Amino acid sequence: MTTVRVAGVGLTPFGVQPERTARDLFAEAGLAAIADSGVDRDDIEALLYGNFMGELAEHQGHQGPLMAEAVGLDVPATRFEAACASSGVALRQAVKNIRNGEADVLLVGGAERMNNLGTAGATEALAIAADDLYEVRAGMTFPGAYALMARAYFDEFGGTREDLAAIAVKNHDNALPNEYAQFRKTITVEQALSAPMIASPLGLFDACPITDGASAAVLVSEDYAKRHDIEATVAVTGTGQGGDKMALQDRGDLATSPAADKAAKQAYEDAGIGPKDVDVAEVHDCFTIAEVLAIESLGFFERGEGITAARDGKTTRSGSLPVNLSGGLKAKGHPVGATGTAQLVEMTKLLRGDHARSDAIPGASVGVCHNAGGTVGSAVVHVLEVVA
Amino acid sequence: MTENVRDAGYDDLLDAIEAGEGFYLRCANGHGSLPPRRACPHCGTQALEQEPLPESGEIETYTVVHVATPEFAEDTPYVTAVVNFGPVRLTGQVRGIDPEDVSTGLVVGVGVEQTATMGERLLIFRPR
Ligand SMILES: [Zn+2]
Repeated sequence: MTTVRVAGVGLTPFGVQPERTARDLFAEAGLAAIADSGVDRDDIEALLYGNFMGELAEHQGHQGPLMAEAVGLDVPATRFEAACASSGVALRQAVKNIRNGEADVLLVGGAERMNNLGTAGATEALAIAADDLYEVRAGMTFPGAYALMARAYFDEFGGTREDLAAIAVKNHDNALPNEYAQFRKTITVEQALSAPMIASPLGLFDACPITDGASAAVLVSEDYAKRHDIEATVAVTGTGQGGDKMALQDRGDLATSPAADKAAKQAYEDAGIGPKDVDVAEVHDCFTIAEVLAIESLGFFERGEGITAARDGKTTRSGSLPVNLSGGLKAKGHPVGATGTAQLVEMTKLLRGDHARSDAIPGASVGVCHNAGGTVGSAVVHVLEVVA
Repeated sequence: MTENVRDAGYDDLLDAIEAGEGFYLRCANGHGSLPPRRACPHCGTQALEQEPLPESGEIETYTVVHVATPEFAEDTPYVTAVVNFGPVRLTGQVRGIDPEDVSTGLVVGVGVEQTATMGERLLIFRPR
């Protein structure tokens, strides 16, 4: 089985850019990834592309071929949808296709246009990642769903809004030098605590913003990289995916994310590593409580201990395991279909040493990306390693 | 939501709860689930029987929603809760109590009422 290497990565700025179509966003990210890779564009064999709300946001289904065309490629192109894990599952499929010998060079990525819908429209579009019959019709919103999990977590393990605020403060601080991030300003715990409530106990600063953006990467086989003298020091060495019941009410437990547990276990086994080997992580912090669930599922902290990890400095830049050095979804932004591969982009740069926050992790060789769909009804975890 | 078309199973359950005859589905292995189902989501068995929904349940977790979708704009603030009825949990809105007074463990009964914004049916819980 071949090693899958990350030959090139590309991002658009993440932020409020409602006038830009998804095809324009993806073209920017995709072309940047191809340029960064040094790969002959004619060698790209297929596009695997993630998008969630294209039908609602811009009346556009069947985005695969449209996006291949946007980057000037005449290749088979398929859209993957798993809510906010859409490009994470596209990435997983790309890794499998290269490993099994079907392909040597693939373009993978995602895009999402959200701000043209307005806050109410985007809230509505995001809500359909929940169960329509039993959740959406009861008025459940996406923040509301995570609020239900936050309350369940507090009841089961303890924790406070101050603990959650420390996560937001950390991720905002991390985003400061990230030129692609939506928010590049620090916030304080006091500001987070006094922000308006969205869905108690979650306030405005517990939530990621509504973001337009795209991300892409060129993946190549070990053999292709050698034959074409492609410099690609970072490899995807582990992949895993887990699933769970769609509706929270049907889950065994509301204070954990078993889909991510399964994805992490599979990805670690695949890479032949464990949580203790990980130097740095990018996790799906669409809400502050989501980062807590993620770092516990990834095995970095025991159940009930993830809540204080940021407050105690364990996951800050100077901590033993920096989490979301990019700023995370919280500060970097969350164009949902683009998020999974955006994490791959950020982690690749962190490990290559050309990320604005690479200085925080000198010599780091193992990174993990965790991408969740909906209320973690889907979860994808990838292990990245420097293979030189 | 699709206009004028019933959602078999789901609308049947709401009708039944409205008539005071709420039910859930129990598989041969004792797992509870909600319609429409052809297979138990927990074990896959296809032998499902209707059983009466317990009279009351306990709020397991809840949130006061301040920012809603357009369909619920005029309903805010409202309480969305997941209520444990034993064999199954249900998600709905808590009414008949100040949102500030809602707590986990609160015992509630289930009913069907309308949303303020759109007049759509939804599951509601009231303290009992
Ligand atoms: Zn069963």
